[in-house]
Amino acid sequence: MLAFSVKRLLVALLVAITVSIISFTLLRMTGDIAAEMAGEDASAADIEDIRHLYGLDRPLPIQYFEWAARALTGDLGESLYFRRNVTELLGGRMKVTMTLGASALVFALVLAIPLGVVAAIRPNTWIDRLALTTSVFGQALPSFWFALMMMILFGVTLRWLPISGSETWKHFVIPTIALGYYGTPAFMRLTRAGMMEVLASDYIRTARAKGLGSLSIFFKHALRNAIIPVVSLAAVQLGFLLGGSVIMESIFALHGLGYLAYESILRSDVAVVQAVVLIFSLFYIVLTLFADLLNGFLDPRIRIG
Amino acid sequence: MNKHLILLLASMLGVALLWAPSAWAGKANDTLVYTSEREEPNIDVWYNSSREGIVVSRMIWDQLIYRDPKDMSYKPHLATAWEWKNNLALDFTLRKGVKFHNGEPFDADDVKFSLEFLADPANKTISTYGRKFIKSVEKLGSHKVRVHLKVITPHILEYFASSDFVIYPNEYYGKVGNKGMDLKPIGTGPYRVTFVDPGKIAKLERFDDHFEGSAKGKGKIKHIVWKTIPDKVTQVAELLTGGVDWIWRVNPDQAKNLKRNPNLTVVSSETMRIGYVGMDAAGRSGDSPMKKLKVRQAVSHAINREAMAKNLAGGGARVIHVACFPSQFGCNDSAAPRYEYNQAKARKLLAEAGYPNGFDIDFYAYRERPYAEAIVGYLHEVGIRAKLKFMKYKALRGKVRGDGKKSETSLLFMTWGSGSVNDISAITSFFFKFSSDDLYRDEKVRDWLQTGDTTVSPKVRAANYKQALTRIAEQAYWLPLYTWSMNYAFTNELDFTPTTDEIPRFFTAKWK
Repeated sequence: MLAFSVKRLLVALLVAITVSIISFTLLRMTGDIAAEMAGEDASAADIEDIRHLYGLDRPLPIQYFEWAARALTGDLGESLYFRRNVTELLGGRMKVTMTLGASALVFALVLAIPLGVVAAIRPNTWIDRLALTTSVFGQALPSFWFALMMMILFGVTLRWLPISGSETWKHFVIPTIALGYYGTPAFMRLTRAGMMEVLASDYIRTARAKGLGSLSIFFKHALRNAIIPVVSLAAVQLGFLLGGSVIMESIFALHGLGYLAYESILRSDVAVVQAVVLIFSLFYIVLTLFADLLNGFLDPRIRIG
Repeated sequence: MNKHLILLLASMLGVALLWAPSAWAGKANDTLVYTSEREEPNIDVWYNSSREGIVVSRMIWDQLIYRDPKDMSYKPHLATAWEWKNNLALDFTLRKGVKFHNGEPFDADDVKFSLEFLADPANKTISTYGRKFIKSVEKLGSHKVRVHLKVITPHILEYFASSDFVIYPNEYYGKVGNKGMDLKPIGTGPYRVTFVDPGKIAKLERFDDHFEGSAKGKGKIKHIVWKTIPDKVTQVAELLTGGVDWIWRVNPDQAKNLKRNPNLTVVSSETMRIGYVGMDAAGRSGDSPMKKLKVRQAVSHAINREAMAKNLAGGGARVIHVACFPSQFGCNDSAAPRYEYNQAKARKLLAEAGYPNGFDIDFYAYRERPYAEAIVGYLHEVGIRAKLKFMKYKALRGKVRGDGKKSETSLLFMTWGSGSVNDISAITSFFFKFSSDDLYRDEKVRDWLQTGDTTVSPKVRAANYKQALTRIAEQAYWLPLYTWSMNYAFTNELDFTPTTDEIPRFFTAKWK
């Protein structure tokens, strides 16, 4: 298990380095931060002046290795656009994105798992159809459209919730629902399918024969097994939700990491993009490991294997 | 996001909110909240060239002189008087009794420090004008300085009145530097900053000790908050619910909807930005039909600028005939030809140029797609089968400039705001003096502009600029379209007047 984990970690690290080199190269090939810094009314000479002053005219490998050497010591460099330390810049942003991503995931799970369980317990009934409809809507509605509709209803017409900013928990309610709803269908279908399969298995029949109560059968015996794939999916879905948060952050002016990364790509702000790529790569590694360990906890067969 | 979808949603918002209850908290709290789209990197305007940075800088810091947006005249501000000593030296007498927000007194040391900081390449300021124009600053007394210029720059007063040359407190900036100034900006301006979260929000409070005799006057509103909201639809929603009091760059369709809301005022105002169709007369893009004068004239007659200005741009847009904004020094169209909309004439000119059946050509644009599409339509009607290539500004700018010699564009629709500089050196000289942006390469034009740019006498300057502008029009290097109009929307409790230089002055705004 240890050798397996170390191997996984090494591969992940190589992936992170490769992604970092590719993103650095692509950014520099497609954008020009000197032009961004100089502004719209800048002449070609102004842009060249900025490029030279900030050392952006040096060979790309030198610029990359300088960044990499500093990153190894924990210094992620300085954003050329914001002129601030990247670590400091990302700190506040990460909190917003993680809050949104985690709350959206929790919302999706809280909505999807009970729906999936109920749909599995009462297959082909109106409850099942309702759960399926809810799920289909989540899949079909573009999240930005759903977000704007909720903004109009709850923010503008009813004035129950704030429309933009991240100052209080209330600011996260609409973005969380809009983002989380998008993640609901996959969880719901997986829970439903898993529960139906488990409920048809021999050991559940045995449990019923022993006279165990329905709640005990559903939640103690069936759900624990049915939910294992959901845990693995949750790690992947969190990645999608973090990616999708770019749109929510933009619509609701949340100023999170996703929006910063998106804007930094457009601005060719290499230091920020590189740092975000590094952070997300590490985040995925940790998430995947966490999912493996959790699966091992839930299913002893995995631990033994 | 899809533009049409944004318009649809904005329309829905507009309709939904006609009967929505209002919650205008701005006046009640004496707090004006305004918003912009872009996350701004710095408050320190020496390191921020953006429009939003300039807007906030005008509240926090001051310049030596103030350009009155009403008539573009220069007024004493931090300097009470100025005088040219020779073509390369300008003396400023500084105002006494002025204090920075931290209590530091303003004097000649601050001016010397600020201007020489901007002139020093080691400081890597984003504003390049200090490096371009300023050689050194000589302190002549506690409140008198002499600025030595590198080159004769007759329009230098424009820069002394701009955000490029704001005056910082030398002791404070020497101690805290750029990062300190970003987080706790200190100036002499009518507002002081109480809180900054870079890129997100800045809170300002009226500086009651702002100096007597200030051309800006004292602030009328107690608190001003600048909030970044990237999405335009969200901005509109916030305006409608009272979350913000003022937005700008409202597109015409949104403006129409917002006008129907009784709680809002929507105004359209002319700006210093102009649009033009550029034609590669020099043949930098190869053997283009645009090298022929008659083809360029045909293009100029083919486009109905009046109709576009009235029906597409709206507001304060007006057709122009020379390559500059009317209020700019030297902008004189009295001798320039007028290219009236005349398709028959355009077809005739094309035939005379050897294109009786027209020709195919790529047409580049980067903003206001409806305008670009209208131009394509007009060109098609006379036989110029223009194919629209719409792209981001910086990508198009790269194509125009090419390697400095060759260019990839021969026909394009562009705009220029002159950086709010009220002098044609910021536009005509920028494009017609053989820089990489110059697709025309006319030596006569270049020489006239060069004389205008480097002569102190206003009379000589004006005469040379007039000749240059007339020739540009005669040769149809550009077809100047019209001035740009900007829509502002704000709570109707606010008394706000937009200006042509696109720098909203919140320090003159007040509650009704």
